[in-house]
This record gives sequence, C-alpha cells and structure tokens, in this order.
Amino acid sequence: MLQVNNISKVFNPGTVNEVNALQEVSLTLEDGGFVCVLGTNGSGKSTLLNAVAGSFMVDSGQILVDDVNITRWPEHRRADFIGRVFQNPFTGTAPNMSIQENLALATRRGKSRGLGWGLPKNLIDEFKLRVTPLQMSLEERLGNPIGKLSGGQRQALTLLMATWLKPKLLLLDEHTAALDPKTAAKVIELTEEVIRRDKITTLMVTHSMQQAVNLGNRVIMMHKGRIAYDFGEEEKRRMKVSDLLSLFDELRRKDQIDNSVAELVAANYI
Amino acid sequence: MTLLLGSITIGLILAMLALGIFISFRIFDFPDITAEGSFTFGAAISAALIIAGVNPLLATLTSFIGGAMAGTVTGILHTRFKINSLLSGILVMTALYSVNLHTMGRSNLPLLSETTIFTWFDKLAVKLSGEGKLTMVLGWEVPAKDLWTLFFCLILIVLVSLLLWWFFRTRLGTAMRATGDNAQMIRALGVNTKMMIIAGVALSNGFIAVAGSLLAQYQGFADVQMGIGMLVWGLASVIIGEALISENSLGLVITGAVIGSVLFRLLVAIALRWGMNPIDLKLITALFVLLALILPGFMKNTKKIRLTSK
Repeated sequence: MLQVNNISKVFNPGTVNEVNALQEVSLTLEDGGFVCVLGTNGSGKSTLLNAVAGSFMVDSGQILVDDVNITRWPEHRRADFIGRVFQNPFTGTAPNMSIQENLALATRRGKSRGLGWGLPKNLIDEFKLRVTPLQMSLEERLGNPIGKLSGGQRQALTLLMATWLKPKLLLLDEHTAALDPKTAAKVIELTEEVIRRDKITTLMVTHSMQQAVNLGNRVIMMHKGRIAYDFGEEEKRRMKVSDLLSLFDELRRKDQIDNSVAELVAANYI
Repeated sequence: MTLLLGSITIGLILAMLALGIFISFRIFDFPDITAEGSFTFGAAISAALIIAGVNPLLATLTSFIGGAMAGTVTGILHTRFKINSLLSGILVMTALYSVNLHTMGRSNLPLLSETTIFTWFDKLAVKLSGEGKLTMVLGWEVPAKDLWTLFFCLILIVLVSLLLWWFFRTRLGTAMRATGDNAQMIRALGVNTKMMIIAGVALSNGFIAVAGSLLAQYQGFADVQMGIGMLVWGLASVIIGEALISENSLGLVITGAVIGSVLFRLLVAIALRWGMNPIDLKLITALFVLLALILPGFMKNTKKIRLTSK
C-alpha cells in the first residue's frame, strides 16, 4: 500500500542548525496495516509522517502509494487519499467557522469544490447522525464556531473529518499528546473504532508506550532519523511497556557512549 | 441635503471598495496594498474605454477584469515566489502607476460630456419622475434625479452583496474562507491554498477596480491620484461595520461593511461641512483607523484592571 524507499531529508543544510531529520528511511505498509511509530524527541518520527503527507519535499528517495509515485506531489494533491490528524488540536479545524462548515469541507476532501451550495440541508442531517456517537453533545451545537470547543472535542471532530471519506492512508501525529488523560483515552477509543470499522491503513506517531503496546499490529522505533527497531505482529503480541522502555534506555546509552567517545577522541587527538 | 444625498451615493459606490478590502483583509488575512493601484486602474480603464465610445457597462466590467488581473499578479508574487504579502502589493501598486498613465494617456481624463452609467441613471430618473422635478425628503427639497441615482446605487450594491454572500457560502467560497482561517487544515483536506489566495486577491481587486470605475463615472473624471489612501479608507469602512455588528455571521459582516462605508462617508462630509480642512482628511482617516485598531485591545486591558481591582 504505502512504500517509502530510502528517503532522506536535511533541514537547514549548510548552517549551524543543520539537522539530518531522515536518513535513508525505508518502510512498507500492507493494506490495512496499523503501525505505531515511537521515538525520542527529534528522532524523526513526525518528520517521517510529514514527508508522507507532503508537508515538505524529501531530498532523495521515493514515496509510493498503491504503486503510484507521489514523491513530487504537493500536499493538497496527496490529501485525495490521505487523512490527517495533527498533534495540535488547533491545526485540524478552522476556528472561526462553524462545526457544520468544517465537516462540510471534509465531505469534499479530494473532490472538486465548485459552486454548489456549501451546506445543503441533507448534509446537516447526516452530520447530526455521525456526530452523536462521539457523545459530546455536539449535535446540538453544529452552528457554533469550532474555536469555542475544547481540544478534545476538536480532536475528535478532526478525526471524524479525516475519516469522513475513507482515506487510503490515515496519518495520526501524536494526536492525543495535547489532551488530558481522560480525553486522550476517549479519542484513542474513537480512533481504534474507526480504524477497525473501515479497515484503514494507519501510521500513528505516539509518545505513549502504552498506546504503542495496545494499538496496531506493528511497532517501529526511530532514532536519529533512522528506523532503529521494527517489530511485527508476532513480536508485538508478546511486547510489554517495560520492554519498550528498556529499548529506549539502550538507545540512550548508545548515544552517551558515542558522545563520550567522541569527546575522548577530540581531547586526545585534536 | 443635496450634499447629504451625494455623500450617501458616494458611500454606496465606495462600499464596493469596502467589500474588496473585506475579502483581502478579513477573509484571507492578506494586507493587500494593490488596492490603491487597482482602484485607479479601474477608473482609468473605464474612462479610456468610455471616451473611445465603448458601452459604459462593458467598460465597468472590463475594469473588474483589469483589477482582477492586477490582483492575480500580486497573488502569484506572494504564493509562487514567496514574496512578503505587503511587498507584493507595493510592487504591483507601483507598477500600476505607470500602467494607469499609459491607459489614460495623461494624468486626468474628464468624462462629463460622455455617456456613463450615471447618464443612464439620470435618463431613467427623468422617465420615472419627469424633468427637473423636486422631491421632498425630510422637509428638504432635492432633485428627484439625485434621489433616483442614490436608489439605483443602493440596488446595485445590494445585488453585489447578495452575490458575494452567496459565493462565500458555496463549496468553493467555503474553502476560500477556510484558507484564510486555517490554511494547514484546508490543505490537508485537499485544497490548493495557493490557488485560493490568488483567486481571492484577484476577486478583491476586481471589486476595488469597479469601485474606482463607478466613482470616476459618478464624479465625471478619472485621475491618476485618485487611488491614494483608498486602502485605509476601505479599512475604516470595514472597521466601522464590525463595530456596528459584533456578530460573526457572514451576511451581517458584509452588510456591516456596506453600512460602514456609507457612515464613514457621511462622517467625512459632516466634518468637512463643519470646517475641517480638506488637506487634513487623509491624516484624520489614518488616525481614525489607528484608533479603531488599538482601542479594542486598550478597552480589554482597562476592563481587566477594573475586574482585578474589585
């Protein structure tokens, strides 16, 4: 389904802020696969997601979806088959527009917009029907501006919008990181439900080991712009949070050795 | 009273300008200085065409296209070449100054002896209420002709406002509003935000050019200087409208911009009548907009102080 071949990305090349965000990363996702991406801050996990979404163009490598090369496609064109939920609840919705207008925009993802009426009556009825199961009593407030809602409500709506038309690929970028634990649990529950129901291929970046253990059928751990570990379905079933934590420690220890060795070398030879 | 009618008529004509500014500033959050050039550009195109014997309606529509083209250039400079929005506008505005002089052939074109849209209005008024008739308005006698012109302008601006309201409620218009509200979000829903910004700035400048065209036809001349200060003028109208209507509904905001334009023109007429030096007009307009921009924040602060002191 999704095929990422040797992609690399350097941010701010040639400056002091140069970052090798992605280094020859390759990844293949099967149809219906649900992959959790873990990693420390700056490991490149969000960058990987943004590369697939088209937020920036990669320096080298290829990205294919269903054997179509989309490496050079702009972001809005990739949205034809990609649904996204962002880390920041403010990113996924237009704050000054009403809930129903936001939803209406999502019903045309990847379709031509044209001069048809933006909010036909039958659409509003459908919104009510699909917002009610969120159990946030939003169905009464469809005309209110979305900016007045809480982060959790906005994130739940963004998820609904991203999956309103079934996307080929769903990209979730730490979409519960900014929420309180209770709301986060609720949003995760909704996420699991829609992915299972519609069998959506999903790439989910998360900071939570618990989520990585509980959700999906594969875990990838990124480190310094590379994929450090990749666990398939079998291994994942036996995996515990403590296993992941010890892996993190291992990576961190490797880092420290690298740095101290580098210092030692520098002190003795330069 | 004649002065008052004239002011309201000009206010209604300039409401077209306010709508244009509303589109760029409020819907797209794009401070578009092209307005000053495209206002004159609209006037210049219409004046040149009308003098060449072209149908005035056609000349006005051509102004719209001309303004939209100027806006397209600004939009492309900003989105494709990543030039700062203010600078893109300044570049196009500056370039338009020469274009306007070329279009007109000189710096001022009189239209008094030509057939304009307003000549049509006058003829229609004569047909409707007779030659040289006077009408009573609030106890004053005014030429019926002036009242009819005002009425026709009102109808025109109401139609244009309705059209705009309809457009921004269509799927395309909704996507445009979302572009100004949260570009990242609407890109993720498959909309080419660069195209939306280009189209929006084009639409905005089309309206502004029509305002220039109509003003030139109304006052009977086009002048290469007539666009100066128009941006702040339009912004003042939009701000007054927003102060009057503290709602977020699209229809009300559009209505507010139109009413704001008329009110602002009236305020200016009254101030001039009371002996304000016309030379100070732009200075006072700028001060007014400045006040309108800083007052809301200032009031919020004083409110906070009052609340905390309790």
